[in-house]
Amino acid sequence: MAASSERSPPPFPDLEEPELLEDSDEGADAFTGTSISEMDSPSPDTSRPPKDIFNEPPEDIFSDPLSNINSEPQKKVDAKISSPSSDEAVDLFSEPLDDDSEVMSSPEVQNPMPDLLSEPKSGVLGEPPVQKNAARQQDVFEEPPKGSSKSSSVKKAASAEMLGDDDEEEDLFKEPPKVVTRKPQPSGPPVDVFTEVKSDVKVKPQVKDDPTDLFSEEALTAPAPKPSANSSSSSRTNGVHSEEQDLFSEATVELSLDSPRNDRKKDAVKPSVSAPAAPEASSSSKAPSKTLEELEEEESEDKFDLNISVTNPEKVGDGMNAYMAYKVSTQTSLTMFRSKTFTVRRRFSDFLGLFEKLSEKHSQNGYIIPPPPEKSILGMTKVKVGKEDPSSAEFVERRRAALERYLQRVVCHPSLLQDPDVREFLEKEELPRAVSTQALSGAGFLKMLNKATDAVSKMTIKMNEQDVWFDEKIQDVENEEQHLRKLHVMVESLVNHRKELSGNTAVFAKSVAMLGSSEDNTALSRALSQLAEVEDRIEQLHQEQASNDFFTFSELLADYIRLLGAVRGCFDQRMKAWQRWQDAENMLQKKRETEAKLLWANKPDKLQQAKDEIAEWEAKVTQYERDFERISATVRKEVIRFDKEKARDFKRQIIKYLESVLHSQQQMIKYWEAFLPEAKAIA
Amino acid sequence: MEVSSAEAALSVSASSIRITDVTQDGDVLTFAIASQKLNSSAGVCVFRIYEDFDWLQQSLFSQENLPGLQGIIFPPLPSKALPSQSNTQTKALKQLGFLALGQDWQSYCKALEFYLQQVAAHPTLCKCKALDSFLINSESPGKQRGRKGIFNRLSQAVEEMRKESHKDVDNFFQNERNKNTNLAALSKVATEKLLDVVMTEQKLALACGHFATSLHLCVNQDDAAAVAFSKVCLKLSDVIEAVNRNFEKVASNDLSTLGLGLDLESRYQEAEKVWECVLMIACKLIELETVKKGTEKAKASKREVMEAFQKAVEKEFNLISSVAKQEIERFHSSRVNVLKNFLIGWCELQLNTAKEFAELYSQHLEACRNMYSE
Repeated sequence: MAASSERSPPPFPDLEEPELLEDSDEGADAFTGTSISEMDSPSPDTSRPPKDIFNEPPEDIFSDPLSNINSEPQKKVDAKISSPSSDEAVDLFSEPLDDDSEVMSSPEVQNPMPDLLSEPKSGVLGEPPVQKNAARQQDVFEEPPKGSSKSSSVKKAASAEMLGDDDEEEDLFKEPPKVVTRKPQPSGPPVDVFTEVKSDVKVKPQVKDDPTDLFSEEALTAPAPKPSANSSSSSRTNGVHSEEQDLFSEATVELSLDSPRNDRKKDAVKPSVSAPAAPEASSSSKAPSKTLEELEEEESEDKFDLNISVTNPEKVGDGMNAYMAYKVSTQTSLTMFRSKTFTVRRRFSDFLGLFEKLSEKHSQNGYIIPPPPEKSILGMTKVKVGKEDPSSAEFVERRRAALERYLQRVVCHPSLLQDPDVREFLEKEELPRAVSTQALSGAGFLKMLNKATDAVSKMTIKMNEQDVWFDEKIQDVENEEQHLRKLHVMVESLVNHRKELSGNTAVFAKSVAMLGSSEDNTALSRALSQLAEVEDRIEQLHQEQASNDFFTFSELLADYIRLLGAVRGCFDQRMKAWQRWQDAENMLQKKRETEAKLLWANKPDKLQQAKDEIAEWEAKVTQYERDFERISATVRKEVIRFDKEKARDFKRQIIKYLESVLHSQQQMIKYWEAFLPEAKAIA
Repeated sequence: MEVSSAEAALSVSASSIRITDVTQDGDVLTFAIASQKLNSSAGVCVFRIYEDFDWLQQSLFSQENLPGLQGIIFPPLPSKALPSQSNTQTKALKQLGFLALGQDWQSYCKALEFYLQQVAAHPTLCKCKALDSFLINSESPGKQRGRKGIFNRLSQAVEEMRKESHKDVDNFFQNERNKNTNLAALSKVATEKLLDVVMTEQKLALACGHFATSLHLCVNQDDAAAVAFSKVCLKLSDVIEAVNRNFEKVASNDLSTLGLGLDLESRYQEAEKVWECVLMIACKLIELETVKKGTEKAKASKREVMEAFQKAVEKEFNLISSVAKQEIERFHSSRVNVLKNFLIGWCELQLNTAKEFAELYSQHLEACRNMYSE
């Protein structure tokens, strides 16, 4: 099928031709003067090349892309198809060129000036007679640095490539490198001619350019029409072509041995496709890394001054409609806020609402959204009923502290801080009532939902993980969650024991007091009642320590168990993105198969639709792949940030804990020191 | 008070008596008792089992030809430890209280040691031959345990009488008895409470240990962040370990000082109770005689005999009373003294522990603060 489509004359060259000529005319205007003077100066050289030109040119011209365009399509086809002819052409060239190269090699003087020569020549292209000369001349120049037979065959390959591009258009356009292949198309073969020339002359400087650069350049020039003899830009594009030609030349060296044209064409196309693919990949991998850097910059700036405290829990209303309102005070020097200090009143469901808004917006991007404390129906009901017992006071205090930590975590996140909802939550006087949380019963429900989807997706998606880092991290997170749960249980028992100890100490203090009161010996009695007092104080210490233990460790661990859930959630988001990408990939595959079937069935009417669909799905695949890469990068960054935060948080808590322990120990010393003389005073 | 060393009945110094070692062989605990001769630097070491202690106690109870024996408050012997059964901790705790705590019967040994010291330091009891042979003879003396039950039965009978709450003939003894009842109950409660405290402290120490161990499981050396977190975990583990040791130490302080003291106190109160009962029997006897005398007044023929008998009884009663009064004085002063020593010791230990750990905590705190500057 490739052959059939090839035979039909490609529309591009014809269309482009007049334009091309115009372009080159302009160029000629600009450069004729110089070109002439330049050509005059190397007299021994110019005298020689003309010979060549007059000897071989005719055939050369025909095989040249330029001539292809000028000549009727049929001719071109002939030249292309008949493999022996092309072979001959190569032979023909190779002989004289060999001669040339010998000649050229002796006068080394020629080499330093290729740049000067090449530039004017691009302009010269416009007029056929001059161009002929120039082309030949350039050939002469180009030959010495390059392999003799190669360069000529390169031309062929290049022209073949051009045609091949036409044939394979659809396929090529879908590939990432389409830009690359399409670009020479509009400018047409003439470009090839003079690029070959120039590039070959300028081989040395060009080679140095690295592939990504080339392609980025190309991306720039691709959309624009071929620059009209602009020396600088053309020389650049030439650079591109020189690369390409290297590829082609290699391919054609092989190909010239194989006669079948189809093979040749395919082979010629392949390297061109595969080669740009690599830089494309590298450039795409570059993109996320760039964003990563940006984000890191952002992070380094997050040493901000923002102090949030949640205080004054207050019961509003009565009965079952009652709720607790908290005062959210913010102190900041950030300019994004209207003032330096402001206070709003928020109720618990507002906090949940904030979380929902944030997770709706950001969780699919792979951000770790700090989860708020769970809704506790039991605890809240107690508060609502209005029992002034210590457990409900403890509940309120616990929730207050949890909400404070939650808000602090949210604003610590550089991206979440930028969210308008966060700002609104902190600043706006009245907040629309978060309704959905009422029905959903808050984070607990969400969590449950998440877990359910987790289980399902884990069963259905067997993600084949390419990134070892993620593989390990997911495992780590799971292990860590296990450990933290275990630790949480430990700390809970620790706290309970501490409470028990304080209770027992209180009872002991009481019985010591009793013993003291019924003691006869006055000194002993006094000492015993003193001891009772000491024990009472120690009881207080234990009580404080118990609540310290609870708030520093137990709540911290509970927070982190929740946060690890969020981390897992963002891994899941990444997995979902991956799945979407894979699904799109599969769909694309299917569409391609359909297209192939349609081609075989020869249904051109449906073919176009199929092509459109393929194009659409290709776009989707690239989109999803990019999405996946972006989310991967974000998740990775988030997890690293999370780990850092975690270590910092734990360290802070340890210091806090140690301070409290140290404090109670010092109190203990005071108490005992006060008691010692009493004990010694017993007669 | 009598001069105790007049007859040099005891050839070892009371304060040098130590229980140096204990070995467990099945159900039997063997205690190594070391003491020092009074007039030379030579030490004596004997091995005794609980039955020997029991024999000693019985021998003390049943000393003959000792006037005023009934007025003596005998130092209390801890009840028998049953190693094989005491693996059920709660049962042992119920039976022995504090003495069941501590490693390798340490506190039990301390209690026995204290008992021996008390006996040896007692002005009357130290003259008993049984004590001497218990401390010096390498052969086990506890073979003749014939009279063991008598005293127990006696005290049981008296317990019932006591319930009737007879008014004592002497107000002094009446007051003493009331106070004793009160104190005995209170000190028992206090001991139990302290036991609870110590138990909780031990539990807490155990929980800390578990916490510290499981923190070690969080260690992960994969990447920089994980290593940082692991360091934090290990640090916390160290800290918790320190807290753990703190509790252990406090618990053992409580145990070895105040615990033992209170335990001793409550056992002394119990012993005093028994002593009172014995006294009461004596009183009862006199009452009985008086009643008898009254009923038999008619019979003049027997009158003289009766009066002579009454006189003898009264004489004995007076003797017992005087011994009892001395005893009670001695008892109180020694009790206060013992408690004082325990309290001071306890306080000092707690103070030292608190200081030591305050120091340790501040070191940890310093280390933690510097942890991230690297």
